[in-house]
Amino acid sequence: MTFINYASREINCKIVYYGPGLCGKTTNIQWIHEQASPEKRGKLVSLATETDRTLFFDFLPLDMGMVKGFKVRFHLYTVPGQVFYDASRKLILRGCDGVIFVADSQRARLEANIESIANLATNLKDNGFDIRNIPYVLQLNKRDMPTSAPLGEMERLLRFRNEPMIEAVANKGTGVIETLKACARQILMDLQRN
Amino acid sequence: MGKLDLVMFEEEFTQLQEIIGRLQVDSSSKVVFLVDKNGQQIAASGDLRSIDATSLASLTAGNVAATDGLAKLIGEKEFSLLFHEGEKDNLHISIVGKRGILVVLFDHNSSLALVRLRVKKASRELQEIFEMVEKRAQSQSGESSKFESPFSEITDEDIDKLFGD
Repeated sequence: MTFINYASREINCKIVYYGPGLCGKTTNIQWIHEQASPEKRGKLVSLATETDRTLFFDFLPLDMGMVKGFKVRFHLYTVPGQVFYDASRKLILRGCDGVIFVADSQRARLEANIESIANLATNLKDNGFDIRNIPYVLQLNKRDMPTSAPLGEMERLLRFRNEPMIEAVANKGTGVIETLKACARQILMDLQRN
Repeated sequence: MGKLDLVMFEEEFTQLQEIIGRLQVDSSSKVVFLVDKNGQQIAASGDLRSIDATSLASLTAGNVAATDGLAKLIGEKEFSLLFHEGEKDNLHISIVGKRGILVVLFDHNSSLALVRLRVKKASRELQEIFEMVEKRAQSQSGESSKFESPFSEITDEDIDKLFGD
């Protein structure tokens, strides 16, 4: 749900990074936080466990600049990936404008990716969204791992609506901005249509 | 799709700002925020310099959402009021209408009783404005031709520019 404020001339959009545990959701937004200039980025808030696993969410506000005289601000959220945090994941999807699914390319995690997409579909539905038409990007992360599955196989298993599919190595920044941009494009084009 | 964008125009924004400004003075509090349930700040009043308002908005919404989850687990619809007591500063968080959260930050210059009293009155006024905004959004979604959106002409170049390409 985009918040458009005509008084302060601001558009606020919420983007959620979703995916199985340890797939690199937090790494994506940490990299964006490190790279963004200080005047663009807000504070990165991480509600994590002592071992740095996401407990509730990470949050990063980003001021992107102007579109049609309006200041565009993205609010990036991650969800906790572990299966038992499902209640929290559902809450964080509330009012989202777009979803980035971060898939773990390692062969051993293929099933976890599929389960997580199914879980995303259910949780989106519970929030009144349809995974088939919400702005959505598939990021294939950890492409540099020797155990990663071939691109074609991942596409066949995980891509279901011709969504933008981006290869990434989030800890090196590869594909991170492209992913965000692909999602932002869909959200802003949605605004145009609506 | 189950989403309706929150669109706030100058007039409504000024009214909201006026109400929370008055609430901040009447309740002798330090800062008052009005936050959307999805974590976006709508309006604020008071000394904001020492506070990261964006994080506060996001965390408050997360807090309310988690508490909502707890409420449902025990068969309640929601907990309409949360109070956090600190050594010096306290947070009074209350739900306004369907989508608003009112956050009052106060210290020893005020009291919980005074804040509760003032919040009650302000909430009613805020709720009326929220209802107005919602009604307008619904009527506009039905007859989109009346409302000329400035975003109808967003181009690929506009989006590239945001990312510095």
